[in-house]
Amino acid sequence: MVAIIKYNAGNVQSVQYALQRIGVDSVVTDDFEVIRNADKVIFPGVGHAQSAMQYLMKNKLDTLIISLQQPVLGICLGLQLMCKYSEEGDTTCLNIFDTEVKLFSSPVLKVPQIGWNNIYNYKSVLFNGLPEQAFVYTVHSYYAALSKETTATTDYILPFSAALQKNNFYAVQFHPEKSGFVGETILKNFIQII
Amino acid sequence: MLTKRIIPCLDIRDGRTVKGINFENIRDAGDPAELALFYSQQGADELVFLDITATVEKRKTLVELVKRIAANINIPFTVGGGISTVEDVAVLLQNGADKVSVNTAAFKNPALIAGLSNRFGSQCVVLAIDTKKETDGEWYVYLNGGRTKTDTKTIDWAKQAVALGAGEILLTSMNNDGTKAGFAVDITLLLSNELSVPVIASGGAGTMVHFKEIFEEGNADAALAASIFHYKEIAIPELKQYLANEKIAIRL
Repeated sequence: MVAIIKYNAGNVQSVQYALQRIGVDSVVTDDFEVIRNADKVIFPGVGHAQSAMQYLMKNKLDTLIISLQQPVLGICLGLQLMCKYSEEGDTTCLNIFDTEVKLFSSPVLKVPQIGWNNIYNYKSVLFNGLPEQAFVYTVHSYYAALSKETTATTDYILPFSAALQKNNFYAVQFHPEKSGFVGETILKNFIQII
Repeated sequence: MLTKRIIPCLDIRDGRTVKGINFENIRDAGDPAELALFYSQQGADELVFLDITATVEKRKTLVELVKRIAANINIPFTVGGGISTVEDVAVLLQNGADKVSVNTAAFKNPALIAGLSNRFGSQCVVLAIDTKKETDGEWYVYLNGGRTKTDTKTIDWAKQAVALGAGEILLTSMNNDGTKAGFAVDITLLLSNELSVPVIASGGAGTMVHFKEIFEEGNADAALAASIFHYKEIAIPELKQYLANEKIAIRL
């Protein structure tokens, strides 16, 4: 069973639908025992870093998430909250990944980055079976800087972390649940991690 | 490289897809969920659903339809029509919508944009503007599905909305919509150059060349069309191959 963490940030439902399409059962929950006992945990999110962190702390989900031992996949805001700090709302985050989340800034290119961009330099089992430069759907104004934990890179204004991994914690900035066949492959790869 | 997006728009009324010609003479163009699946398989980059009767009839966007669409397609979609509160948006996002578009309610209550942006992030807040070029040569904002003129210039409202937290602008030219004579290049270019957020051009697509023009000359980040896709006058795979051949960044 896959547990999808329920909190005040949005779009958890679309992750559940995506898992359904690849034949994987999941539950959207904020129950500590259900999350602790799940085979896999997905920490999704569309939202604002500060309000999301405040909610997690108020409900003690912050300490739960960092204590998890099974494979955990952060998506979009989930990835950003797993970093140590976000400029969005000057927010101290979960400090799983040793990198900071910064606001895109460009005199020319648009912010947020919205649309399909390619990922490259894969260093994780999540990307098994994908062509180099696979297209993924991404929508964000903030990005995690490159670090030694970066497992895929995307270029927009500058190269940044499309994916991060540390021990059992995996995270992607883009939306695999909305990235067509490529995204389905990534979700399947995550589900197959032992 | 970030690619230009091709976005079929499904105008919804009473659970069916419709497309108005200059916002009138509405014709039926099929089941929204069926069309959504078809377009996702054809290579559409994103979908937009606008409940065009919602504002006028004070009807809330159909959550059940959103659920059915979200369950069946693996590309992102935006839902708009009749959204006037943060709670409206929470329900849509919880049921699988990726973004919402706001129009009339945001114009009447600009604080709605800030409220949505603070709660959900600006990246899921699309400001839809219906605009019309008047005889004085200026583009003005229209409300209520194009029925109500305002004295506000489109560029001024767009700038204010972005400052409040709108993450994207969906710009529909009423002069061009339904004409199949091409997108409104001038106002799209103005907004794209003046704003820091992506601009989706809408209204007027008739040929594949029109898409090339709006990306190259209008600097649009995405182009939206309805009837030419619904009535199969242009097929998305052919359109995207054409644009790629014309050296426009596109996802094939």
